[in-house]
Amino acid sequence: MKTEVRVIGRVLVVGIWGELDLNTVPSFRSAVEEQLDANPDVIDILLMMSNVTFIDSSGLGVILGRHKRLNAHGGNVIVASPSLQARKALELSGLAGVIPICDTEDEAWAKARGV
Amino acid sequence: MSVTNYVTLEFPAVPENVEFARVAVACFASQINSFTLEEIDDVKLVVSEAISNTVLHSYDVSGGLVRLSAVRNGDTLTVIIEDFGKGIADVDQAKAPAFTTDPDRMGMGFTIMEALSDELRVSSVPGKGVKVEMRKSPHGAAKDSDEPEA
Repeated sequence: MKTEVRVIGRVLVVGIWGELDLNTVPSFRSAVEEQLDANPDVIDILLMMSNVTFIDSSGLGVILGRHKRLNAHGGNVIVASPSLQARKALELSGLAGVIPICDTEDEAWAKARGV
Repeated sequence: MSVTNYVTLEFPAVPENVEFARVAVACFASQINSFTLEEIDDVKLVVSEAISNTVLHSYDVSGGLVRLSAVRNGDTLTVIIEDFGKGIADVDQAKAPAFTTDPDRMGMGFTIMEALSDELRVSSVPGKGVKVEMRKSPHGAAKDSDEPEA
């Protein structure tokens, strides 16, 4: 699993490549938390998930955890263009009813308020 | 009904083996040609959830034993995942959606497993361990391949 993070305006953009499970979530969590701690003005996280080849409830839980952190200050995690497997997991878990899931990155950017 | 193939693996309950287990079962499941790629992904997700539960909850010390068996009966796949750890005092409560004490977890593991399996059985004896058994056939395939076709 590979993660790339960058801050654009008040949005933390996180790209994920590969599989997000119990074994890989610690590095994903650390990378995101480090950026959130260093950039307290960040409102939203844009999660680019088109290259996620597998995610289970360990990965979904970490996304929910970051959503809770942002949501306490009115922010959101916004998922952009999830792969088919990721979309199914998001929907089955109910997370799709909690955070916005966008078909395209353009649509996700339109939902981000910190740009 | 004749068993057409099976495999049994034993390994320690550590996070690194979550991926190993789901990929191994996916390879085995792919012998059932009529499984779609999406159905193979479903099997991987069920296995990943079950093994993750074992790693997280079954043993006080990391590395307890997990036994994983996959059996093919015609076009029906059965996967059995057993541990020999603490067990679950109340299986129904553990299976309830959003039952978790960890803020970074969803508590949806069993819900996902049930949604993606044709049949899911969870049994436990406290102090003896947990056994999860899932059964899945390709969409549209007969549940029992020994049954004559109409």
